[in-house]
Amino acid sequence: MTGIPILDSALILGGVGLFFGFVISLVNKRFRVWEDPRIVGVEEMLPSTNCGACTQPGCRAFAEAVVAGSQQPSDCTVMGPEDIDDVASYLGVDAGEANKRVARLLCAGGKNEAHREADYSGFETCKAASAVAGGGKGCTWGCLGLADCEVVCLLDAIYMNEDELPVVIPERCTACNDCVETCPKDLFVLMPLDHKLIVQCRNLLHGDDAEELCSVACNACSKCVADAAPGLIEMVDNLAVVDYEKIALADPKAVSRCPTDAIVWVEGQQFADSAEALERRAV
Amino acid sequence: MGVRDLLTFRNGVHPPENKHLTEGVRSRRLPFPEEVILPLSQHIGTPARALVKAGDRIERGDVIAEAAGLVSSRVHATASGTVKAVEHWPHPSGSMQPSIRIEVDPHSTQMQRPRLVPHWDEVPPEQLSEEISKAGIVGLGGAAFPMHVKLRPPADQPIEVLMVNGCECEPYLTSDHRTMLERPEEVHLGIRIVLRALGIDRAVIGIEANKPDAVEVMRQTAPADLDVSVQPLKVKYPQGAEKMLIKAVTGREVPSGKLPASVGALVQNVATTANVARIFETGQPLIERIMTVSGRGVRNPGNWVIPFGTRLSDVIAACGGFTDDASEIVFGGPMMGQSQASLDVPVLKATGGILVLSKDECKRQDILPCIRCGKCLDACPVFLNPQLMGALARVDRFEEMVETNLNDCMLCGCCSYVCPSNIPLSQLFAMSKIQLSRLKAA
Repeated sequence: MTGIPILDSALILGGVGLFFGFVISLVNKRFRVWEDPRIVGVEEMLPSTNCGACTQPGCRAFAEAVVAGSQQPSDCTVMGPEDIDDVASYLGVDAGEANKRVARLLCAGGKNEAHREADYSGFETCKAASAVAGGGKGCTWGCLGLADCEVVCLLDAIYMNEDELPVVIPERCTACNDCVETCPKDLFVLMPLDHKLIVQCRNLLHGDDAEELCSVACNACSKCVADAAPGLIEMVDNLAVVDYEKIALADPKAVSRCPTDAIVWVEGQQFADSAEALERRAV
Repeated sequence: MGVRDLLTFRNGVHPPENKHLTEGVRSRRLPFPEEVILPLSQHIGTPARALVKAGDRIERGDVIAEAAGLVSSRVHATASGTVKAVEHWPHPSGSMQPSIRIEVDPHSTQMQRPRLVPHWDEVPPEQLSEEISKAGIVGLGGAAFPMHVKLRPPADQPIEVLMVNGCECEPYLTSDHRTMLERPEEVHLGIRIVLRALGIDRAVIGIEANKPDAVEVMRQTAPADLDVSVQPLKVKYPQGAEKMLIKAVTGREVPSGKLPASVGALVQNVATTANVARIFETGQPLIERIMTVSGRGVRNPGNWVIPFGTRLSDVIAACGGFTDDASEIVFGGPMMGQSQASLDVPVLKATGGILVLSKDECKRQDILPCIRCGKCLDACPVFLNPQLMGALARVDRFEEMVETNLNDCMLCGCCSYVCPSNIPLSQLFAMSKIQLSRLKAA
């Protein structure tokens, strides 16, 4: 060696550095994984909410699926139409048919409509309450109003109204399925926004028994079945069930004679807002 | 033998017993109500299949719903009358369940239709479990597991000893106590029949030491030709839990996720065995039992023979009604029982007691944050970590709770009882079990 300690160490370290630099450059050449640069491009255009509504585990996976052609840009329910077009033109593919879906609550029995049989005290969540005598509401199918869905919604698309019912804001809802999974009473369903005929009830009782529990319960009177197009609505287990395959035949006339307003024609949002709630939403 | 020498298990709690309210009250028959409501699901397993329709005339003891599958149980009419409807009705579990409503004939003598039952000593043992299945017998200790399933243990796990559970460790409840005092011969005959069905010859009756009169009576009436011993046990909750009883009597621990048969034991409640004897003595299927109606919210606490399907409101009315400070109604004991939201719910096979708790008796205090004191770990009889599990349950991480052995939790409530922050841990675990089964179904 040179005999000068500082030169020794510089040479050794420099040599080791050169050697590993060479190895790294070799490995980089040999084992390089080529990635479609468009994936990153698409990912940057996506909303990064990772909500899962597109059925992919996250926005990155969705970007890969869109680039690979297995999904269409419009499958992302969070993006607006312009953003979808951007992605489509970036990739030069068809945007796909935008089919906006939203979460719908199959219960309209808030605290003013459906009475409580017993008081519940304990953790103020629907899941905990439903483990104790079903939550204490007279109608055991109905919404408990303790806002598990509001908490779980990442996009602030759900808020509780004065009637203690969750209101889904269609513009914000991405149909990500979180509320559907969290509701212990299984009251949420995802539906295309253009399915306007909805039975907002799950009560399986008949006649006065149903109405005793809730003033907006389906009492299985079958008037809607008679008023709707043949086969569109059917009575199954004392509950009106809409056959959404035939939704094209639906008409607001079907709901006109419902004595309890259990079946409704929904344009946009399900439950009406009070002035105060509208103010809160504006903020 | 001193108190210190009594057999028991590790951990557990000592809640106030409050058994003095009813333990000295002889059981009486509740008047037949105007209507009985019999849910198709009164047991663990598949709900039964209704065999009757509205308008059918039926006699007490008739089969009105057939078992649907192996783990299922028959339902018998508990009173003579006319079927009003088969429809949804409030169920003690807190949901609406399909139930058979029977309008009771006020002029009926309520004698049951005579039924041919073979003599228990003259039929092969397999037929005994068949007869028990036909009589709709389920475990009356609280879980309501169909009894005939228990009588057919896996071939590689032979039963060596029958354990008869007379612990009744839940506070307030005295129905098993009264069964042992009032029907000791039936209990012993039931034991004899179950032993014959299992093909074994040894039985142990476990009784908590707070029932010395029951220990004495069961010892005196024990037949000389059977190997039946009576074992007094330390007074500690949950001594009457199946696995705790086995641990106390035999010293063997039932492994996690395994059945008692894996350590050669089979546990039956005293009331269950007494009802087995009834089938073969009188032909009576499981249609009624002794229930304790207790608590400081009801005017006349007592023990009653109540036909299943009697509405809660009818039971309360027969017991003198509510006191002014009645606050909460629980089916079962205060530790594991189910709160009731409606007075229309019927009492079921597994309803050992009906408690009407006054305001002073139910603890309604604010839930405070966990202070990691570890009291729940010292109380848990199956050595779980309720503190960690509670934290997971509160943030919906149910799948991870399986790794912390949620399935071993029997919801005994010891952790909730000792928690200084009033965290309703066992409620969280009950909730987690419900949510896990929902996840599995989805």
